[in-house]
Amino acid sequence: MKKYSFLSLVSGAATGHKDWPRAWRKPEPKKAYDVIIVGGGGHGLATAYYLAKEHGITRVAVLEKGPIGLGNTGRNTTIIRSNYLWDESAHLYEKSLKLFEGLSRNVNFNTMVSQRGVLNLAHTLHDLRELQRRVNAIRFNGIDSEVLDAQQTKAFCPILNISPSCRYPVLGASLQRRGGVARHDAVAWGFARAADDLGVDIIENCEVTGIRRDGDQVTGVETTRGLIQAPKVGIVVAGHTSVLAGMAGLRLPITSHPLQALVSEPIKPVIDCVVMSNQVHVYVSQSDKGELVIGAGIDAYNGYGQRGSLPTIEHQLSALMELFPIFSRLRMLRQWAGTVDTCPDASPIISRTPVRGFYINGGWGTGGFKATPGSGWVFAHTIAQDRPHPLNAAFSLDRFATGALVDEHGAAAVAH
Amino acid sequence: MLIIPCPWCGDRDESEFKYGGEAHIERPLDPDALTDEAWADFLFMRRNTKGPFLERWMHAAGCRRWFNLARDTATNQVFGAYRIGERAPAAYWDAVGQPAEKNGKTPPGWRVVTGGAAEATPAAEVALAARKVSA
Ligand SMILES: Cc1cc2nc3c(=O)[nH]c(=O)nc-3n(C[C@H](O)[C@H](O)[C@H](O)COP(=O)(O)OP(=O)(O)OC[C@H]3O[C@@H](n4cnc5c(N)ncnc54)[C@H](O)[C@@H]3O)c2cc1C
Ligand SMILES: [Zn+2]
Repeated sequence: MKKYSFLSLVSGAATGHKDWPRAWRKPEPKKAYDVIIVGGGGHGLATAYYLAKEHGITRVAVLEKGPIGLGNTGRNTTIIRSNYLWDESAHLYEKSLKLFEGLSRNVNFNTMVSQRGVLNLAHTLHDLRELQRRVNAIRFNGIDSEVLDAQQTKAFCPILNISPSCRYPVLGASLQRRGGVARHDAVAWGFARAADDLGVDIIENCEVTGIRRDGDQVTGVETTRGLIQAPKVGIVVAGHTSVLAGMAGLRLPITSHPLQALVSEPIKPVIDCVVMSNQVHVYVSQSDKGELVIGAGIDAYNGYGQRGSLPTIEHQLSALMELFPIFSRLRMLRQWAGTVDTCPDASPIISRTPVRGFYINGGWGTGGFKATPGSGWVFAHTIAQDRPHPLNAAFSLDRFATGALVDEHGAAAVAH
Repeated sequence: MLIIPCPWCGDRDESEFKYGGEAHIERPLDPDALTDEAWADFLFMRRNTKGPFLERWMHAAGCRRWFNLARDTATNQVFGAYRIGERAPAAYWDAVGQPAEKNGKTPPGWRVVTGGAAEATPAAEVALAARKVSA
């Protein structure tokens, strides 16, 4: 792998950027691997990278039905943070945030991690108390988090409207200074390039159409490019988790929904942090290009169409107007949707299954981008050792029978 | 925006409705006899079909009644609606769980209802036109 550095950039510029080598190979699928990862989003690519890097398993294929990184990884609003209420989630997301902090150096790819601070607003007395409770719990877990009053919130984000005459006035906020954003595509590409360098085959345009089993042991997958064998198969397919699990005869507690986002026309820098509001339900940040990146909640109905309905967008834009009247004349440039896999307790499933050698990593729903490196880290461990890492032990499939749910609905600061 | 054919009120905008998820999940008749796994199945496990799907909706800003809708979750094509307590048209049942066909073709076994009542189906049961809805 050609190492990217300041020097390589300069020498690249000197030759007109014509001699950059391919970032990852385009191999033909082999007949058999030790591990097959289905799904070439950030989570699947991270899993493959850590399988090779941390566990020395390099006969690994990542099978992706399209080009890598164009699922939810390339469609999300890139917010990263770890201020989750329950211990199980806090530890998992914090591991991920820590991995994000060293990611660019580790995979030798600029993932543009920008820890600009994430504000979660409180609009009612109840909101405020809940938020204080959450901040205390988060701090007990050793994660940075603080409570701001309305004036301090305004000082942190000067364009925010804190007028008491609002329908839902801003009473305060929690702030995680280590939260922020990262470049979504770069996360996928960085992991892909680093995994490829360790010998992982990244096979694009290869859709998995069936899971092969011999009794209760997985033996491989059927694909649009033929049968590929492996004693271990991990699925990391986000919105299609139920579909792939169905191929192995499993029913899951997951439902798939459209989740939309939109960006405005580019403007000069006006907001240098991330602002989220659970109550009026919208969140916003500004990209390096100057576009406002805006999102909120899912469309209520089940949907695999990667598109949602206009009322959902109208709702989040009216919330945005109340918080930021300054945006009222702004035009919106693009709108899109991904298909997110939501779980009843708003927590992921990273688990072994009743089918031996068949592993599931899904149910991240609306908030899994921030978990990309951590998810890959624990899933690689689960597959390599055939038992969960302590960080994902609570996120097993059987929690829905035992009742030990990790209920982050409402407990997380906002949907993302 | 989906256009949803309420069996009582006819075609109305999606924003008047509330979603109720998968239809025809029956509460176990003898709850005491259920294992934890069987409870989990009833409470949490869902088909989450990609393709033709039977689901519940409630006309919240209209007649406020629950009903069932047949819709393709991949294309958003709405096939028709029928009332709670009524049996889904046989063609719907046949298709549930089958993958949607590519190219927007009607899945096998599905009868696209056009204009008013369909053959052998009470008028109120299958409401109005199936249509491609781009949301
Ligand atoms: C609009 C939007 C905004 C979001 N905002 C945030 C946010 O701000 N912060 C945050 O933390 N999270 C956010 N999320 C959630 C986040 O995007 C996801 O949780 C995360 O990216 C999931 O990553 P993944 O790699 O599991 O999935 P994906 O990137 O979707 O990858 C799954 C891959 O599997 C492939 N696949 C599917 N079926 C098959 C098959 N049969 N064979 C082969 N390949 C297959 C797909 O093509 C896809 O590339 C957002 C999501 C959306 C849609
Ligand atoms: Zn009605």
